[in-house]
Amino acid sequence: MTPTIAILLIITFVLSTVGLLLLIWSIANNQFSHGQAAARTIFSPGEEGHSEDPARPSDPTFTGNTSEQAAAIEARWTADQSSRTAVLTWLSSSVFWLLLGSFFGLASSMKMHLPDFLTASEFLTFGRIRPVHLNAVTYGWASMAGIGVALFLIPRLFKTSLAGGKYAVLGGFIWNIGLVLGLSAITLGLSDGEEWLEFPWQIDILFVIGGALCAIPLLLTAANRKVEHLYVTSWYLMAALVWFPFLFLIANLPFAFPGASGATVNWWFAHNVLGLWVTPIGIGIAYYMIPKILGKPIISYQLSLIGFWSLALFYSQVGIHHLIGGPIPTWLVTLSIVHSVMMSIPVITVAINHHGTMMGSFGRLKDSPTLRFVWIGALMYTVASLQGSMEALRSINVITHFTHYTVAHAHLGMYAFLSFILFGAVYFIMPRLTNWEWPWRKLISLHFWLVSIGILIYVVSLTIAGWKQGVALLDAAMPFMDIVKMTLPALQARTVGGALMTLGHLVFAFHFIAMLMRSGAATEQPTLFRPATKENAQ
Amino acid sequence: MKRALAIMVGAALILLLATLTLVVMPYLQMSAEQVPPDLKPYTEQQQRGRQVYIANGCVYCHSQQPRDPSFAPGDKARGWGRPSVPGDYAYDEPHLLGTMRTGPDLFNIGARQPSIDWQLMHLYNPRAIIKGSIMPSYPFLFRHVNEPAEGDKVVNIPPPYGPETGKIVATEDALALAEYMLALDHTYPAPTLPKAQPKSDEPKENRAP
Repeated sequence: MTPTIAILLIITFVLSTVGLLLLIWSIANNQFSHGQAAARTIFSPGEEGHSEDPARPSDPTFTGNTSEQAAAIEARWTADQSSRTAVLTWLSSSVFWLLLGSFFGLASSMKMHLPDFLTASEFLTFGRIRPVHLNAVTYGWASMAGIGVALFLIPRLFKTSLAGGKYAVLGGFIWNIGLVLGLSAITLGLSDGEEWLEFPWQIDILFVIGGALCAIPLLLTAANRKVEHLYVTSWYLMAALVWFPFLFLIANLPFAFPGASGATVNWWFAHNVLGLWVTPIGIGIAYYMIPKILGKPIISYQLSLIGFWSLALFYSQVGIHHLIGGPIPTWLVTLSIVHSVMMSIPVITVAINHHGTMMGSFGRLKDSPTLRFVWIGALMYTVASLQGSMEALRSINVITHFTHYTVAHAHLGMYAFLSFILFGAVYFIMPRLTNWEWPWRKLISLHFWLVSIGILIYVVSLTIAGWKQGVALLDAAMPFMDIVKMTLPALQARTVGGALMTLGHLVFAFHFIAMLMRSGAATEQPTLFRPATKENAQ
Repeated sequence: MKRALAIMVGAALILLLATLTLVVMPYLQMSAEQVPPDLKPYTEQQQRGRQVYIANGCVYCHSQQPRDPSFAPGDKARGWGRPSVPGDYAYDEPHLLGTMRTGPDLFNIGARQPSIDWQLMHLYNPRAIIKGSIMPSYPFLFRHVNEPAEGDKVVNIPPPYGPETGKIVATEDALALAEYMLALDHTYPAPTLPKAQPKSDEPKENRAP
């Protein structure tokens, strides 16, 4: 193994050199001296101290005290409208896939404790509807909603209109075709067979094209940008849109990685989809929404940039913690464990910024749906990430690996963190695109409580049962079937939690469609930007 | 634009580095690993069974990777076998290591349950053999006939799990999957493990999974 150690040493050296160069580059380009001024780039002139929140009619909407300020607000309204078609294409699709994915998830959950439920047809067997659930919610809901929100934020962050939005619309159509074909392929038994990579690779090409078409408006809009500093949210979004196609392409290279090395590629990809795709989108959205709604900048802008680069460095190498104890070289597992623990650095920097900015403003959670969803999502990011670092330790992993504990952890991350932030973002975005208020406040509240109680039941029951399952599996004195019976109540509780979440999604989807159709009465308090434009028109 | 490009290039470089360490290096190291001389390539039928295993998502509940007893004692003590080594998977494309043990590890199921009748009956309805099992039944892998034709593989299902009249016969897919199960037998010694496995530790046969 001497050559391996030599290569490792060289790589460690290259790694530190790249890190050092990045740091020097950052300092030389004044990335650090921007400081708090840069944190204010998201506000229009004079807007700081005013909340931008569509769901708080009692709060006076900031329309600008001077003509210059009012013009800036109007420019933002124009920027919002420029992304309308593209954003609505991606968001509407994502809501459809959320519903479909929820039903498949719920059915999978029921089959875990009702093994004779819907077994007559091969198309509805557990081993097919479970990957349909995963792929529908990951590539349908989370990815499409994430791209939709990114398309909305890009013109706002660059303070210009979205250029090349039609490419994103076309990309959305291709992405949807990919989903239809991919999910059908799984249902027909044509899965590629690796978790998170079930879609046949021929269909995966559609996702690469669809995603690349979204990069065109990003680059065109970046070229037209009217801001001096790129706010940290744009760092995360740009990096995510670079990382995803790269990951997806390599992991899907057909027949390149056989046997045990295929497993390392599989988990290198699967964890990077979380770490380098949905996580930066989620964190980036929270970095925008929290300060915007509170009307105050994040507390430490320098920390946010350190958080970004350390996330890139550490998160990209954690994947092999899914194979602890598996048939792969020990150095590889150790490398991933070290990086998993190092992940606490970006997680803590993000936590300081997200939660530190909230300090003194927690009362706002009472009235703002966007803030409530986004902040709880940010909090669950902290919890899920620190839990993930712990889970990567060999002493913990030997218990939690192969159990329902991991499933609970995955849902804490993908749902309580990411989906909550996406819900919050949709509540923020829709009124600005449709120029219509959310018609029924009570439905937002119902959605919130259904999904919150649902995910709470889900995570708590499976975490406890999964831990007990893991401890029992290590002791051969306990027969396997006794362990199965022990987990049954938790599997039933998961169905209850999942049913509540699915109900919540139905409420959300209904309300979303109502927004698209501009249902309900026009409210007294109009959408945020309309008074501003009216005043300017005079 | 310069700064936006710098961020994107920096992000891509970091991922490239991770690809070198987590994809390229393991591939180089593991593809050089010795293939155990006792490991047999899959037959055509076993390979077809493996595709049935993939199509029906068995991997979502079953792993194929016993861990080292010094790390996780339960795996070997339950009769799941010696720790697996990269060479054991030389013919696996794609890998089916799995991440869940809702059901038991299957790395040596062929040694634990070497009877094809057991495998077929268990696939038709797991509860016909193991009370309280939560594994789905796979009736669509079988045919219900009044009179089995010549050459049909009849599976005798104990009441009340079988049909009231007629016979249950296995389809080609069911036979292939069962053959793949029987091929999952890695009880040979692994040449790359530090020391030879003592004989008494070999998986016990007929142990309930």
